[in-house]
Amino acid sequence: MGVLGTFGQRARAAAGWFTHPLLPDDLLSTLNPLWSTREPHARVVGLRRETADTTTLMLRTGRSWPVHRPGQFVGVGVRIDGVWHWRTYSATSRPEEPLLAITVTALPRGAVSGVLAHGTPVGALLRIGPPAGEFVLPQPVPEKLLFVTAGSGITPVMAMLRDLAANRPEALAGAVLVHCDRTPTDVVFGPQLRALADSSGLRLVERHTAVSGRLTPEELTDAVPDWPAREAWACGPAGLLDDLAAHWARHGAPESLHVERFTPPATVADGAPGGRVTFTTSGITTDTAPGTPLLAAGEAAGALLPNGCRMGICHTCVGRLRTGAVRDLRTGDLHDIPGEPVRTCVSGAAGDVEIEL
Amino acid sequence: MAIPTFTPSTKPSAAAHLSDEQIEELGAELDAIRAEIVDSLGEADARYIHRVIAVQRGLEVAGRGVLIFSLFPPAWIAGTAALSAAKILDNMEIGHNVLHGQWDWMRDPRIHSTTWEWDHATPAKSWKKSHNYEHHTFTNVRGKDRDLGYSVMRITPEQEWKPADLIQPLTNIGLSLIFEWGIALYDLEVDRVKEGSKSKEQLKEDLKGLWRKARRHLAKDYVLFPALSGPGFLHTAAANLTANVVRNVWSHAVIFCGHFPDGTETFEEERLEGETKGQWYVRQMLGSANLSGGRLFHIMTGNLSHQIEHHLFPDIPSNRYAEIAPRVREICERYGLPYTTGPLPKQYAKVVRKIVRLAFPGGGEKPADVRQLPARRQANGTPIRLAG
Repeated sequence: MGVLGTFGQRARAAAGWFTHPLLPDDLLSTLNPLWSTREPHARVVGLRRETADTTTLMLRTGRSWPVHRPGQFVGVGVRIDGVWHWRTYSATSRPEEPLLAITVTALPRGAVSGVLAHGTPVGALLRIGPPAGEFVLPQPVPEKLLFVTAGSGITPVMAMLRDLAANRPEALAGAVLVHCDRTPTDVVFGPQLRALADSSGLRLVERHTAVSGRLTPEELTDAVPDWPAREAWACGPAGLLDDLAAHWARHGAPESLHVERFTPPATVADGAPGGRVTFTTSGITTDTAPGTPLLAAGEAAGALLPNGCRMGICHTCVGRLRTGAVRDLRTGDLHDIPGEPVRTCVSGAAGDVEIEL
Repeated sequence: MAIPTFTPSTKPSAAAHLSDEQIEELGAELDAIRAEIVDSLGEADARYIHRVIAVQRGLEVAGRGVLIFSLFPPAWIAGTAALSAAKILDNMEIGHNVLHGQWDWMRDPRIHSTTWEWDHATPAKSWKKSHNYEHHTFTNVRGKDRDLGYSVMRITPEQEWKPADLIQPLTNIGLSLIFEWGIALYDLEVDRVKEGSKSKEQLKEDLKGLWRKARRHLAKDYVLFPALSGPGFLHTAAANLTANVVRNVWSHAVIFCGHFPDGTETFEEERLEGETKGQWYVRQMLGSANLSGGRLFHIMTGNLSHQIEHHLFPDIPSNRYAEIAPRVREICERYGLPYTTGPLPKQYAKVVRKIVRLAFPGGGEKPADVRQLPARRQANGTPIRLAG
């Protein structure tokens, strides 16, 4: 691999002299976007309607695309009216499967999720980022597992369950999944989850919030009395995750609860009054409204900025603070030390600010 | 390269009859057109630029592929023609316009002003500074817009005549043949180093940047691809040279027709002080001239055939200029402003005539009935923000 890798690099560098000022990758991607390693693409080759507002997209990726670990998310870029938009979705397929599956729930007023869930035909080209995220099962897999999910929070867990069913059926046998959604028909992967519970020994606790209301930690512990002995993975709305984190902190071992906050940050607008932001690499300057992430403001002004999960998880969007102050829109923390790395996707301007991007 | 000196204009501006209010009204109308177009950009535009890029790459690969057999005369001709067209598309409709930021709205890192590099001697970065900022902001302002004659020619009668100007018809032919290298040298701004407004260190830095780019540029056309042709080395090198010269002559002609034909005006530096957006628009219109032709012609000129529209809206995608043009022309008619346009041979003949005439002293209008633009307007508009 080492020798081949060096050879490949040399071959590419040599080819670069022939394709200058383009890269060989530019020409390859003009022929077939899936051949690009610089800007990985995926083609939609199948669609599965999961519920009224949720669709699974089956994607064929390029050969160089790295394999995900179950529970990880990928950035997905889609061209809408000529403009690339990026969002983050969990992979719901197993790593060994030939196609990558992502499962998208159309959000109310969600321009991008709506297009992906309802308006992306078979044959469409998407761009994808590398898989990322630490919401994964460790090796070896803990003996006693608990999953707590709500709504589309099932998606990363679904990849884990599928992987366990195929490769570690013994770990799945004693596991518990507590899943919340409004009604039985709203449950994403409902039929598959019920079938999996029947065949594998997974205990599935479905809670339908339209009838029973929101899950409380007390109800959870009633349903799963041995919860302190279990290693737990939870994904869902911020309210549920906050409740669980508080419960584990008070009554259990906080380190045995793993959460994935998979919703865009709720903004603490009063802490970030907005201001003029300058991106030093491009020289683009724009005024940001209170509570607007720097990334969104910069993109609206035409700046090309690195971005990934867009919710403060993956650190792809980090740029150094040159001058001024920013506020973390999720926590309200103020950052004003020059040279400090700033996550532009969840930081708003607190006055005029310069970011080295 | 000497720093040119200028004398005051003796000719009234074609916009002298417009009141301040009219100029601001005109500005508002143009702003409205701009907003409407920006609002309507979408999938069809994205498909257009992707298609042009794919065609350009196809032509280049095909041209260079055929030129491997350049010893065979039909292959030489076909390959050179394809490569010339590819180079023209690369520089004009793609490179120039992408580097203006016309396609930045797509948020595509592959087609973006900050990542693009083109098949041109001058590095994209130097070009963006000299062209996007200086030329587009100070268009046709004597002493500020270095593109006026590119510091080697006397292109406006207000520029003082020097005996060296006598050879400028020849200079023009020479520049036309090596245009990309002329631009690359010109972007180094050696005149500014002499004048003291640019440091020697900066010049060294720029020279390094140019060398890094130019060596690959030269190696590709004159060593690597010729070597692929084996015994046809010299034939392929000659074909590549021909393609480069064709591109140079073409882009020189198109670009010179953009600001130098009869009917375009140049302006005094004082005009910039407190200039409003409306006045800026008027200056862009009076300082630019269009070329008429068909759809393919417009594409091959990079839509600089719509120079007036390009100068009004430098960061609007070039495929939209054709639809804007009749509306701009109608505005010019309504406000009694000239809208200079004509076929390329006719316009280029005017440019050559001007260059020949101005090789000799004089050449301005008789100083009769001098009506200057009402000078020193109050700044009553928003400051100019030039995008791109």
